[in-house]
Amino acid sequence: MAILYNEGTTLAERVDACLDDEFAHKAVERAQDVFYDKRNAVIGELPNWEDMRHAARAIRNRVNNNLDYYVAEFARNATAAGAHVHFAPKAEDALCEILDVFEEAHASTCVKSKSMMSEEIGMNEVLEEAGMEVVETDCAEAILQTAKDHPSHIVVPALHLDREAIARMFHDELGYAGSSVPEDITRFLRVHLREKFLAAEVGVRGCNFAVASTGSTTLVTNEGNGRMVDTLPKTQIVLVGIDRIVPDLESLDLMTSLLVRSAVGTKLTSYFTVDCGPAHEGEGDGATDVHIIMIDNGRSDILGSEFSAIERCIRCGACLNICPVYRHITGHGYGSIYPGPMGIVMTSCLEGYDKVDKLPYACSLCSACTSNCPMDIPLHDLIRQHRVNMVAQGYAGPIERRAFVTAGKVLSSRPLYDVATKVAARGMKPLAHNGDSLGPATAWIPVLGAWTRNRDFNRLADERFRDWFKKHEKEEGSAPEKGKDAR
Amino acid sequence: MQIAFFPGCLVDMFYPGIGIAAVHVLERLGCDITVPEKQICCGQPLLNSGYAPETMPIIEQMVNAYADYDCVVSLTGSCMFAIQHDYTPYLQDKPALLEKQQRLAGNIYEFSDFIYRVLGVTDASAVLGSKLEASATYHKSCHLTRLLGIEEAPINLLKSVDGIDYVEMAFAERCCGFGGTFSVKEPEISCEMVHEKAQTIIDTGADIAVFEDAPCLLNVQGELTRMRDEGETSREVRCMHLAEVLDNR
Ligand code: SF4
Repeated sequence: MAILYNEGTTLAERVDACLDDEFAHKAVERAQDVFYDKRNAVIGELPNWEDMRHAARAIRNRVNNNLDYYVAEFARNATAAGAHVHFAPKAEDALCEILDVFEEAHASTCVKSKSMMSEEIGMNEVLEEAGMEVVETDCAEAILQTAKDHPSHIVVPALHLDREAIARMFHDELGYAGSSVPEDITRFLRVHLREKFLAAEVGVRGCNFAVASTGSTTLVTNEGNGRMVDTLPKTQIVLVGIDRIVPDLESLDLMTSLLVRSAVGTKLTSYFTVDCGPAHEGEGDGATDVHIIMIDNGRSDILGSEFSAIERCIRCGACLNICPVYRHITGHGYGSIYPGPMGIVMTSCLEGYDKVDKLPYACSLCSACTSNCPMDIPLHDLIRQHRVNMVAQGYAGPIERRAFVTAGKVLSSRPLYDVATKVAARGMKPLAHNGDSLGPATAWIPVLGAWTRNRDFNRLADERFRDWFKKHEKEEGSAPEKGKDAR
Repeated sequence: MQIAFFPGCLVDMFYPGIGIAAVHVLERLGCDITVPEKQICCGQPLLNSGYAPETMPIIEQMVNAYADYDCVVSLTGSCMFAIQHDYTPYLQDKPALLEKQQRLAGNIYEFSDFIYRVLGVTDASAVLGSKLEASATYHKSCHLTRLLGIEEAPINLLKSVDGIDYVEMAFAERCCGFGGTFSVKEPEISCEMVHEKAQTIIDTGADIAVFEDAPCLLNVQGELTRMRDEGETSREVRCMHLAEVLDNR
């Protein structure tokens, strides 16, 4: 799938389609409200959330600023534990490594637990094209794979679908004959997947954190499927973004606590797995052949840029869960496997401005994401920085640019400002209805119309505040420019 | 106390009444107010749209207009935050201007915070004689609440007005969808957001919706008016700036 799906569509087209999708829109609104309460409750019970955030930020910065050191330490320890560690600078390199592992193991089937990295590099498509069977075992991912749909959230990817639609789709695709009660659907999926687990030759999984001091990889899940992917197939592929590293088990503890509380609003998930190397002689389960693929795919470029702070991201989804724009346009509005605020920042970095259309403008810069982010990433500042770069690199249209250049001049010159406000006030006056409001009748006017198509605007006042103040000052008989110190 | 007042361009052009009310309130509290001739706009609409070099003349104008005052009061939280923080990265190669901006950043206060914390006025009814018989809800504007951390001052001042019956709205700190040029660059999204905000205000049953940032007021008032005109609601909710509520006697 790679990062962008529906490539070639514009932001406006996607937004229109998503706003029309009443069900998805309402589902996301409801989900956000639930997340909001749950997250606030588990964070409110901690006396030191802000301290934890700052400690985590410092750890992430330390690792990212010395990434070569930590990657080497992780690789050394993972190798010592018996895993094969491969490095992949780009998605293509990672895919070649994966295909090599399949070939060496003479394998043609695999089960997968949820991994954003596998989606980022487009693994499923490549493996399927090579004739392999790839089975998603995370419930939501299994739904999306069967429905041939795209994820709309990084933690809960099928957020936009309802159980009726899921039951119908499983009926059509897999012969499911049960009700739309979630427990029934899950039971069906469980039986369906059990055979796949037992037959699979390779297990592919992601990694929430890679611990440098021990060479272990960890997995935070709620369904238990990750453990089966982890233990049943004899060959194991672990996809690790080079930005997933934590120094040691102590920092893992802090990161996991922040991740789980932010992501799902609970203290812990049902399953928390720490995996170190292959199964040893005499151990009853676990893969005997473990391949860890460390993937860069643009991350070190981001680290060297003004967007380095986004590399602290632990993919918890808290910024999506609070975002008032995501709330309405849902994940599909962004057209990227990384939606919401972190998605705008990451997608624009990884795919480049040519491909993302106006994505960085799908944000009101309200800063809710920034204050919700457990890694204290200044998301709204980074989104604005993308805009600054886009304008500087010529991505704004000439008409818009002219308008902003003019605005810059008018708003920095009193004489120009005086003329402009007077002319505009006179122009707006006849357009007003019930007093000061500009209503739908002005929807044809460029820029103003974008506003007044759906809500009223206020007309400019006849007398500006500054004009009133001048008179007021005279009445009060005080000297102008008072209050200035001697400097 | 001598202060330089920054109303913000939106108040200057669209809502002079809000600025006038603020001046009345501050004068009643003993402030000697000046409004520098040169001040116009903080430049956020340009900066937030990505036009950084184009914003430079505005930044320069703004900093020069206020740098020589020891106490500056800004009527809008988001303008104040821009002046205090957002300018900084763009002034790194202009040391003289940077120094002035840093001084200004230390001398600037937001309207409600200034009254509540600096002047120490916590009871508007007792000190200002503010009085308004109405049930009122309050929208927590984004930058004021989250970036400046000013939450207590406006709410407590509002609650202390004689006759005010305060009702909290759901998700009060959720963005109203204004976002400066966002409102016209992405009007479909912006309208969804303001519609939801207006609905939560209507749902409180309050007579007035109080704002501390005029841009949010402009946005939400426009939506409430349209919803009424189109018969989507029969409720008439009056939008007021906190300054207007405090000025009411
Ligand atoms: S940017 Fe922050 S809030 Fe968003 S997913 Fe990453 S860590 Fe979580």
